[in-house]
Amino acid sequence: MLVGVLLVALAGASLFVGVSDVSPAALLAGGSQSDAAFLLVASRIPRTVAVLLVGASLGIAGLIMQMLVRNKFVEPGTTGVTEFATLGMLVTMVFFPGLAVVGKMGVAAAFGLFGTWVFLRVVRFVPVRQLVLVPLVGIMLGGVVAAVTTFFAYRLDLLQSLGQWAQGSFATVMQGRYEFLWIAGLMVVVAWVAADRFSVIGLGEEFATNLGLDYRRVVAVGMVVIAVITAAVLVTAGIVPFLGLVVPNVVSLVIGDNVRRSIPWVAGTGAVFVLACDIVARVVRFPYEIPLSVVVGVIGAVLFLWLLLRSGSRAH
Amino acid sequence: MIALENVTKRYGRQAVVDDLSIEFGAEGVTALIGPNGAGKSTLFGLVGRLIRPDAGRLAVDGMDVATTPSSELAKVLAVLRQDNHVAARLTVHDLVEFGRFPHSRGRLTGVDRDHIDRAIDYLDLDGFRSRFLDELSGGQRQRAFIAMVLAQDTKYVLLDEPLNNLDLRHMTEILRLIRRTADELGKRVVLVLHDINAAASYADRIVAMREGRVVADGPARDVMRPSVLEAVYDTAVDVREIDGRPVAVHYG
Repeated sequence: MLVGVLLVALAGASLFVGVSDVSPAALLAGGSQSDAAFLLVASRIPRTVAVLLVGASLGIAGLIMQMLVRNKFVEPGTTGVTEFATLGMLVTMVFFPGLAVVGKMGVAAAFGLFGTWVFLRVVRFVPVRQLVLVPLVGIMLGGVVAAVTTFFAYRLDLLQSLGQWAQGSFATVMQGRYEFLWIAGLMVVVAWVAADRFSVIGLGEEFATNLGLDYRRVVAVGMVVIAVITAAVLVTAGIVPFLGLVVPNVVSLVIGDNVRRSIPWVAGTGAVFVLACDIVARVVRFPYEIPLSVVVGVIGAVLFLWLLLRSGSRAH
Repeated sequence: MIALENVTKRYGRQAVVDDLSIEFGAEGVTALIGPNGAGKSTLFGLVGRLIRPDAGRLAVDGMDVATTPSSELAKVLAVLRQDNHVAARLTVHDLVEFGRFPHSRGRLTGVDRDHIDRAIDYLDLDGFRSRFLDELSGGQRQRAFIAMVLAQDTKYVLLDEPLNNLDLRHMTEILRLIRRTADELGKRVVLVLHDINAAASYADRIVAMREGRVVADGPARDVMRPSVLEAVYDTAVDVREIDGRPVAVHYG
């Protein structure tokens, strides 16, 4: 309920915050041909929709990953998936520079899928109860992949353009440049439909098999959901850190991990979180913008630390 | 009937289950005993289709475990392994609800809800329904897992060391409950037990395994003999009769 009200309020605010004056009054005064109306349709609405889709889908990607790995501290950014997808971006820049954005996304998604697979293979050798070791392994894996990406980007003089892609920001989101995010939105729907299956997967392979579920197939669907969301967000908005980690954890504390129940909360809270951060990014140095990833990073890191300390203090 | 025909499972060159042929399901409660590494848990893994056999055939009520869809087997056979660690924050009700998954596929009907309520009631968990699993004691959590298996409403129930980490009171409670599910609900329960005296007083049939083979199989009074137990465990075990029941004395 609270999340819903916040969502509507922030989405409304997001439409009217910016350098040019787009206020309800200006809209009414100018009618449908005015600059304000043009700006609303070409920039503000796409930006707001993009923010909502990114927030919701990244939250879901984190949630699904946490169910697959049975660890609260994983998300695409702590498991090497984002780094693999970024490597995919570099590959398209070098070998297929003329590729349409949807093609770039496809390659990034394929790399992300491979990254998810590598991580799930590696993490099999880590006991499930080693809570902190699992994300550590993922972060190391991501570090290695990121190093490879940086090395080649440096050698090929692409470091700057890669940086521009990876920098999380919605400043460049306009009509015609964000629509791939609907694919991420579609993945949210897939996750929603399969919610019960992901809950059962979260109990582990033995429980899932006992309940007659095809463990591998559900894991495969989950991997595709994670990789496609990561890639779609990467090519449109860049890297948005911590979101997939913090949002599902906060929801889990309140609602628990029954995916059918938590999924609307994760999607809603994720959207609210990114909306709020994006508005902060737009107004803190008005009329300039600071990158969204900076705002999300600062807030997310604090929340993440709080979660870590909290889980450490809880007796098991 | 759960029927195994010449089933073998090897890890490396070591046969953990060695050309085993046995049937379960004629008796209400069957206890599986034997030393560590006898192949008891592997046997459950094989029946529960978590492990593939290297040779032999397994069937549940005539359905071949290797070829029957997992979702069909889940309606007649429930397996609870030992050391269940659930990282997800789920309530007791959530967990028991997942037990209905083979029947509901996630869309609960009135029948499903009845089964959930009955299972929770049966394990005396009504007051803990909306508690998270990580807020329960070991005994309560174990009861929640058993409630989940009961809600699955299968004819065959396999429990691997259900008494692990339980104190005396909860141990007795769970054993009585297992007895009741067999007598009142007509379940066929097979359970791995380390406590041979518990096996002797609650099971209709005791199957003793060693090195992947069955070394003794029969009612308690046939298995609870010093010579048999010594052959199973490789250690001297005395058996005394107390109030007409055989009791193994293995201390001192």
